[in-house]
Amino acid sequence: MSTIKFTEDHEWIRTEDNNEGLVGITDYAQEQLGELVYIELPEEGAEITQGEDCAVVESVKAAGDVRSPVSGTVVAVNESLADSPETTNEDPMGEGWLYRIRLSDESELDSLMDEADYRAYLNSLE
Amino acid sequence: MMTEHTLLHTPLHDLHLELGAKMVPFAGYELPVQFPAGIKAEHLHTRSKAGLFDVSHMGQVSVSGDDAAAALEKVVPMDVVDLPPQRQRYALFTNDTGGILDDLMITRREEDFLLVVNAACKSSDLAYLESAIGSMCRIAPLDDRALLALQGPAAVAVASRLAPGIASMKFMDAGACDLDGAQCFVSRSGYTGEDGVEISVPADAAAALARALLEFDEVMPIGLGARDSLRLEAGLCLYGHDIDTTTTPVEARLSWSIQKVRRRGGERAGGFPGAAVILDQLEAGAARARVGIRALGRAPVREGAELVDDSGTAVGVVTSGGFGPSVDAPVAMGYVDAAHARTGTRILARVRNREIAVEVTSPVFVEQRYAR
Repeated sequence: MSTIKFTEDHEWIRTEDNNEGLVGITDYAQEQLGELVYIELPEEGAEITQGEDCAVVESVKAAGDVRSPVSGTVVAVNESLADSPETTNEDPMGEGWLYRIRLSDESELDSLMDEADYRAYLNSLE
Repeated sequence: MMTEHTLLHTPLHDLHLELGAKMVPFAGYELPVQFPAGIKAEHLHTRSKAGLFDVSHMGQVSVSGDDAAAALEKVVPMDVVDLPPQRQRYALFTNDTGGILDDLMITRREEDFLLVVNAACKSSDLAYLESAIGSMCRIAPLDDRALLALQGPAAVAVASRLAPGIASMKFMDAGACDLDGAQCFVSRSGYTGEDGVEISVPADAAAALARALLEFDEVMPIGLGARDSLRLEAGLCLYGHDIDTTTTPVEARLSWSIQKVRRRGGERAGGFPGAAVILDQLEAGAARARVGIRALGRAPVREGAELVDDSGTAVGVVTSGGFGPSVDAPVAMGYVDAAHARTGTRILARVRNREIAVEVTSPVFVEQRYAR
């Protein structure tokens, strides 16, 4: 069963039973940035810690840092974004995922928001 | 801190909201950064058809009197005296150290000179003009005028449907004309690298004129985001970023805006602030130069990125950078020392924690399509 969690910086992580999770940015984040033109991803095998800047999403006008929702090892990155960063605009929570991470500390997920909390958080930003 | 309550509105504010603009604070005004189409689409539309820009935040100033031309030559290195009627030129207010206080357009009209200055500088420009040349001429801000820009290959054809005379104007020509019942002053110029016009229009007629222009199929409203990417691709300077009080006209490669008559050996050589520094640099060259920076990969190189050589020694800095939708690649400009200013020179840009390969190039990344 998969679980999805969110950060206050508008990243999401969808974890599976195998202790791995896919990380991406939310629809709100892509909407704020506008059309993406370049996405810089972490290296496969990189060890990253929760809250660390590990990817960059850039639009015509601005660059946004992606902070890792959890600590762990990057086991895969979405290579297709090099040629088509707009995928993250079109399907930020699906095909536009950024990287796959093997969690080093699953308890970090408890510090993140679930979907209902994130919706409430978005409403509070209006 | 400026709060939202103190932000000024242009006469097109309601129209922007009606069109679904995303509004941002800019130079004391609340202005559209983009419309629902988005920056990229707005940019590409301007290069293929026509984009309508609200640039009413810019300062329009009338300078008049018998000695107005001579007075203006005391504050700009431009040849004002020989500027023919109904012609426009690019000018710089320089300071005593040869730096740039603002960049502007000067047009000679029947009764006065029209100056168009940057929004962020307009109050300081006015105070400066008043103190520097106020005793020689009359200086009047035209606060009752809005300014629209219609830019792109279809811009002149569209504007000509409202005023046929516009079609026969050449690049940097200017003149009064009636547009949609409003008494306007039009110049064939702009800030995108494209053909087009800028229209000074009475503030109370601006929204109706904008609506009339937007009625044409070719015309789309364009926000500040695309305005910036368009001017960057075209190699045009943004004051406060690419030029400021620490850059000279020669370093900025704007020497073409200093006509022969104001240079050494010219009839009215010097006589503007910083002339000694600037005229020396015109002859001997400057220690650094504004250049284009072409990233060899896909990662945009943005303002503030340090430029270094192979050994890691600093050779310059990026002053504007982003992604150019028309060239479909990163575009940037900045300053490098003279030894690295030659086109084709390979250097490195520090972007976040790494160095990426870039090439020094012309700052003009797209063909300028002016109707010369």
